[in-house]
Amino acid sequence: MKAVVNIFLKEGVLDPQGKAIHHALDAMNFEGVEDVRMGKQIVLKLSTTSKEKALAEVEKMAQEILANTVIEDYTIEIVE
Amino acid sequence: MKSIAILQFPGTNCDLDTKYAFEKLGCKSQIVWHKERTIPKDTDLVVIAGGFSYGDYLRAGAIAKFSPIMSAVIEYANGGGKVLGICNGFQILTEVGLLEGALKRNINLHFISKFQTLKVVNNSNSFLQKCKKDEILNIPIAHADGNYYIDDIGYRELKENGQILLQYSNAKGEREVVNGSIDSIAGICNKNKNVFGLMPHPERAMELILGSSDGVKMLEGLIE
Repeated sequence: MKAVVNIFLKEGVLDPQGKAIHHALDAMNFEGVEDVRMGKQIVLKLSTTSKEKALAEVEKMAQEILANTVIEDYTIEIVE
Repeated sequence: MKSIAILQFPGTNCDLDTKYAFEKLGCKSQIVWHKERTIPKDTDLVVIAGGFSYGDYLRAGAIAKFSPIMSAVIEYANGGGKVLGICNGFQILTEVGLLEGALKRNINLHFISKFQTLKVVNNSNSFLQKCKKDEILNIPIAHADGNYYIDDIGYRELKENGQILLQYSNAKGEREVVNGSIDSIAGICNKNKNVFGLMPHPERAMELILGSSDGVKMLEGLIE
């Protein structure tokens, strides 16, 4: 079983990397880009076959180390 | 003679400069490897030196917070012991929650390495007691993730409790945007004023011949 954790800076926390990408896209004349947020993705391969167990475990990992919840939000997706 | 314990993680690179700085001030200092589980007996000050612990992987300071020595540091600090985190040490202290807020990537995405003028905002703490309020200090900075963030409520509390120690400023004391920090914050302390963190490197400002000796009076405050 795989778990995919996506981590982004919280809404309202300025994202300097997203902003730099946005500037570059503007400079390249890509139109209509309203906002760019850059995050990171962590993919975990898990031995458990229980989706609930996996979710609970990864939730704990995200809280304790994968994300810094002072500035970051995260989502967890369990992929069979 | 005061005893200083300087923590060393894989990737720490300011430990020897820090040791030199405290020995210059007449202290006994020893490097403590991160796998140790206790702070040496009779330690008067724990310093988490600068560098790139664990290569800054995941986030600066994120992995170091689970090193065995950090539980001892938390216990030491909660018992009133003095802890100073310089640069990566500041990042580690925010990651473990001994200091509030977090340090993000610099606003211009550059690694900034230069001498920087700082304004002393609060000196009613042991760290900056030898400095005057509003005094301008010249101290090197060298970081990619020094952009201090804290939410509005947290910021107000820092301000009300006199926890903001240093601000990036010009030589006249006017605030300067260096890395995007909220209110140009360069250093803070906890509410009890025994845990201190700053991005600038006082240990690199110990000799006039190397550009500045303003670091002397900062570190001296901690060992009085």
